Amino acid sequence: MIYREAGQFKTSYPADRAIFPIVQDRYFVAAIALAAFVAVPLLASEYWLVTIMLPFLVLSLAAIGLNILTGYAGLLSLGTGGFMACGAFAAYKLSTAFPELHIIGVFALSGVITAGVGVVFGIPSLRIKGFYLAVATLASQFFLVWLFNKLPWFTNYSPSGVISAPPRALFGDVFVTGSSATPEAKYLFALTAVCVLALLAKNMVRGNIGRKWMAIRDMDIAAEIIGIPMLRTKLLAFAISSFYIGVAGAMWAFIYTSSVEALAFGIERSFQVLFIIIIGGLGSILGSFLGAAFIVLLPILLSNAPQLIGLQIPVDMVTHLEFMIFGALIILFLIVEPHGLARLWSIAKEKLRLWPFPH
Amino acid sequence: MEFLQAVFVDPFVSIYEYPLFFIEVLIGGLLTGVMYSLVALGFVLIFKASGVFNFAQGAMVLFAALTLVGLMEYGLPLWAALIITVGIMVLLALVIERVVLRPLVNQEHIILFMATIGITFFLDGFGQMIWGSDVKLLDVGIPQDPIEIKGVLINKFDIWAAVIAGMLVMLLAVFFQRTRVGRALRAVADDHQAAMSVGIPLKTIWAIVWSVAGIVGLVAGIIWGSKLGVQFSLALIALKALPVLILGGFTSVPGAIIGGLIIGAGEKVAEVFWGSAFGGAIEDWFAYMLALVFLVFRPQGLFGEKIIERV
Repeated sequence: MIYREAGQFKTSYPADRAIFPIVQDRYFVAAIALAAFVAVPLLASEYWLVTIMLPFLVLSLAAIGLNILTGYAGLLSLGTGGFMACGAFAAYKLSTAFPELHIIGVFALSGVITAGVGVVFGIPSLRIKGFYLAVATLASQFFLVWLFNKLPWFTNYSPSGVISAPPRALFGDVFVTGSSATPEAKYLFALTAVCVLALLAKNMVRGNIGRKWMAIRDMDIAAEIIGIPMLRTKLLAFAISSFYIGVAGAMWAFIYTSSVEALAFGIERSFQVLFIIIIGGLGSILGSFLGAAFIVLLPILLSNAPQLIGLQIPVDMVTHLEFMIFGALIILFLIVEPHGLARLWSIAKEKLRLWPFPH
Repeated sequence: MEFLQAVFVDPFVSIYEYPLFFIEVLIGGLLTGVMYSLVALGFVLIFKASGVFNFAQGAMVLFAALTLVGLMEYGLPLWAALIITVGIMVLLALVIERVVLRPLVNQEHIILFMATIGITFFLDGFGQMIWGSDVKLLDVGIPQDPIEIKGVLINKFDIWAAVIAGMLVMLLAVFFQRTRVGRALRAVADDHQAAMSVGIPLKTIWAIVWSVAGIVGLVAGIIWGSKLGVQFSLALIALKALPVLILGGFTSVPGAIIGGLIIGAGEKVAEVFWGSAFGGAIEDWFAYMLALVFLVFRPQGLFGEKIIERV
């Protein structure tokens, strides 16, 4: 009833090609954006901003990156944590070696560096695919984390191996990184970056290059036969995906945690981002956000649930229970909806179009 | 220059000067490799029969070892604890088949892979919740003292581990080649649909394969557990078995064994002779790099089935 496109005529090609061709979608997205940019910083407490919104944004960005590689180009990767570490340490080295470099430049360059590393580790994908590739990408995961952990040059010879984000301002005096930055400034900066990059990704995957990726995902030999250059397209998927993941890693280190060590980007991080895109929906930009929200909120919910219903459980029991419930929920989720939250969302939209009629 | 010398000259000099030490390291590595093969074997069995890349193999190793130790702590003798643990692993396989695999039939491989990661989380939490999370000592009577053969020191434990692994592989080979169930398993591994059409029950076969993988996991858990103590890090040994898998091929039992030997020996030799040039702890990634370089030249692994694709 409410969600119906009847009567909305497109009179030009640009109108037909719009990202949100339906008016209701446009209003909905505008409302979400307004809420995210205005209501959240005004209403949310510091706890909410720092422990929920910032990891949500950073993980969404990493998930978009992995989704480009795995969901669109069909190349399964378990090296996300390693590439995030690469972005984080590249940003750290850049901002300490060139203090006058603008923070946006630091993030963009660290993304570019990670893209280069990603291309190198993507070369085996030309020969192998599926689980062989997934295991091969683990090489990048272990090697990169070991590298940043072992070579003191990357941490500027800090004895603890921990890097701390230097304070950097955006417009002269609005600090967005370092200890003097307010959570609101950090949040707005991260939100803007994620929105811009997500919009870019959305346009990429519905354009020429995205269709090439999807052709390779669905059947790579057939794609090659219709003239899609395998080498260039696959390596481009690795490069762009690694760019996003690298920026996400830099934001993790600079905006979310402010100080970080290489071990924070271990194999668990790779699995976390993989969970996000599978629970959110493979091959969906929206799904990356939904999945990230799910993965960030679920552990908080699980650790607070016993108190909410008035149960007293010992701490180590709670961690084990969390593990169990998390695992069980993932299995349950895969059984109920293997195509993820994004699929549920589109089913809901279909239902809304017909509502209140059954057919 | 100094680095180049440390990589290309020094290790070879020390190998030449102390050949006995090199042999000692090599044999130690090979014997560790046998233990990697044990874990990899569980992966191969399940991948061959059901096409599922079972990430939970490591968690199954941990869970089996925890159950065994836990039962022995209750005062059960070793044989009784072993029998009950085998029973529990079979039960676990039945539950996994019924609750996880059956509803996910015909889903894409990546979805099934994710489901096994879910199983991993569940088993890690479940095992530690029941049996506790502190390090437990497992003593099943394998001797630990070193012996000397022609000037080379070898730990008796490693030899025992290799013997047990060898016996297990022989047992599996007989099971696969000589029994009715084994033949059905091989048929399913070759072609699911053809196997179903001649009347082989797929569900039963999957339950059997997961049970066998659970029992292989128990053997791996006993050996690793008596070497390192039964603790959470046992579950991470699965990560060590993955390069073995890609080196040997996902679908080949001999591949898992030879891959394990190559990875085990290569890793130890690299760590001892080249480790210092790279700043140590290269064991973490050396196996993966070795496997990665290898894959570029032979994508299906050493003994994997040749990948044939049709459009």
